[in-house]
Amino acid sequence: MKKNLSHKEIMAIERVKMPEQDPQQRSRNFQEVNLGLSKQQAMREAQRCLQCKSQPCVDGCPVRVRIPEFLEAIAEDNLPLAAHILLKDNTLPAVCGRVCPQEDQCEVLCVRSAKSGPVAVGHLERYVADWAMQNPDKLLKQDRPEPSGKTVAVVGSGPAGLTMAGELAHMGHQVTVFEALHETGGVLRYGIPEFRLPKNIVDAEVERLERLGVTIECNVIVGKTLTLEDLTRQFDAVFIGNGAGLPMMLNIEGENLKGVFSANEYLTRVNLMGAWRNDLPTPIIQGRRVVVIGGGNTAMDAVRTARRLGAERAIILYRRSEEEMPARVEEIKHAKEEGIEFILLAAPLEILGDDKGWVAGLRCQRMKLGEPDDSGRRRPQPIEGDTFLLEADVVVNAIGTRPNPLLTATAGNLKLSPKGNIATDENCATNIPGVFAGGDIVRGGATVILAMGDGKKAAAAIDNYLRKSS
Amino acid sequence: MFEVLENDTLAPNVQRLVVRAPRIAKARKPGQFVIVHPEKGGERIPLTIADADPEEGTITLFVQAVGASTLKITGTPPGSPLLDIAGPLGKETDIENWGRVVCVGGGVGTAVLYPQAKALADAGNEVTTIIGGRSAPFIILANELGRFSREVLITTEDGSLGRQGFVTNALQELIDDPQRCPQAIFAVGPVPMMRAICELSRPYGIKTIVSLNPIMIDGTGMCGGCRVKIAGETKFACVDGPEFDGHQVDFDLLMDRLTMYREQEARLVEDLPESLKSKITKVKR
Repeated sequence: MKKNLSHKEIMAIERVKMPEQDPQQRSRNFQEVNLGLSKQQAMREAQRCLQCKSQPCVDGCPVRVRIPEFLEAIAEDNLPLAAHILLKDNTLPAVCGRVCPQEDQCEVLCVRSAKSGPVAVGHLERYVADWAMQNPDKLLKQDRPEPSGKTVAVVGSGPAGLTMAGELAHMGHQVTVFEALHETGGVLRYGIPEFRLPKNIVDAEVERLERLGVTIECNVIVGKTLTLEDLTRQFDAVFIGNGAGLPMMLNIEGENLKGVFSANEYLTRVNLMGAWRNDLPTPIIQGRRVVVIGGGNTAMDAVRTARRLGAERAIILYRRSEEEMPARVEEIKHAKEEGIEFILLAAPLEILGDDKGWVAGLRCQRMKLGEPDDSGRRRPQPIEGDTFLLEADVVVNAIGTRPNPLLTATAGNLKLSPKGNIATDENCATNIPGVFAGGDIVRGGATVILAMGDGKKAAAAIDNYLRKSS
Repeated sequence: MFEVLENDTLAPNVQRLVVRAPRIAKARKPGQFVIVHPEKGGERIPLTIADADPEEGTITLFVQAVGASTLKITGTPPGSPLLDIAGPLGKETDIENWGRVVCVGGGVGTAVLYPQAKALADAGNEVTTIIGGRSAPFIILANELGRFSREVLITTEDGSLGRQGFVTNALQELIDDPQRCPQAIFAVGPVPMMRAICELSRPYGIKTIVSLNPIMIDGTGMCGGCRVKIAGETKFACVDGPEFDGHQVDFDLLMDRLTMYREQEARLVEDLPESLKSKITKVKR
């Protein structure tokens, strides 16, 4: 089909627009915001790829998906082949197609970016992954690897751990994943809301790994139920991908008032425990006026969740300007469409309470931007004397997380960074032979795809290690 | 899945469950707890591990039904499973040889106290135990605690067993007696009881350890919902506790935060069938 198009015709195709649920409607429900492309839309969008020789998009992808190849297969209406290519390179494509910041990775490098906008790689990835999920009988057979006889323990079933497990299973190793919570997925389950990543997608991706022979054991807290030493004794190699699960506190007055949550607690109650559903018992405080502190994706997830739980006003309070916000552009755009208010260049000084111990509001400090800091973003500075009050009955702290010390506290000789992250070399190897680590426990708070990139890189390193040691 | 092997009634609405959980049984230390998620869609409930048998691979839990989810746990018959149990969580009890210690248990808190008291006795302490409750049926584990306690003092509010009054009356007597005055006190029970014990021991400067029970979800330090204030500093009870120096605890904050979901909890109980409502104990907070 594509062969019939001239270069001019290809260049004339406009970038597809992802169909979305109406903002008014979706701001009050938990159904997915992005509805997915139709087959026609997907084929047409895939035709926009110029199949350039240099393939800059692949370099932008932390797991190096062969993007032009799977796009070509879509354009040629060969979805089994597209799925085959995608699934080989990416363990969790249905997840990545939804939550990856493609605009900063593959798409930003697309040669079409400058003129007519990059090829919508993310949307197409999602399209193929969803098709694969719905058509398991049409998928091409993946070669079953020769069993290596080697065993690997993976700590944490988040994006790093699941990617690692899938990669190693493809290499023929016997993988056991240990998850601390009662459900799999880590941040994909407890952190990212249903309206951005439906949980049946996570279920399906996990089931696919189980069919590959991966064993997943929930309710095992490494550092408590088992120690790292137990794992190194019982397995040939260990990968630690247990995330940065410890919320940073604001350390201001009023932080322990009722109605003040860490984003982790707020989102866990809603996502993992289903507090948004009327038929489940775990409660949440449904604020009328909710203020979320922070400017990252987690802050956007929390504030959009608050809106869906019924908040009349759901407000982002961020100390820098919109330009410095770490959240994805798409998330900020979606939030605005849903009626989220943004109070920028302002930081909380104190959380105020009523006489019953509930949050009543915040006293905030207006800020201005000064010189760039270590992160390259301009440093916020208080404007002396310029403070204001903000009414709130729920406050969510989404300023970030730190590494959780549960595992590392019981692994005395594991080398850590000064901030408590696990120290690794460029191949994700720790100082203990056979023990590797990746994702947020190494990086601090980062993204799903960077964690997955670590999982993939570490899988290659572990495979190498196992083959050498046999 | 974690099979319930035994489930007996210990006191009105308090059940003793023996559950198969080999890894937890092996790793567990006194003072630690588990999180039980009884069924799909249920809540995650923190429960202290009262005892464990590493050889049999079992743990013992004492559970008081105080709401819909705890009722589901207490109602699980032998042979049936609890869906998820995660642990052991929290820090173990700091067991030292203090010399003379008094262990004070109130209501189902006595069950939480049991493993601590046993470990303290094993470490060479002279243990005196005080058990308090509303009335005779609520006094639990007196015989078990008696096996390693120098004496067991019982107080009931209605005088139906032991002395009429509160655990604080019995503790005051011990403190006043130079032969029996403790070097350390371990108290577990309703928050008002633990607070009263701490207020009583404070002027005497007797080290007093309490076990706190704030609202929790994950139990691994991930959410911070269980935060408590200790000596003016915010701590997470699930990873920094659950045991703390009682003289440093901000009990006002603890009690206040425990009321956060009172309305929602009441609604859940309201929705239960009448026959089950009687199986729930209203807790003093």
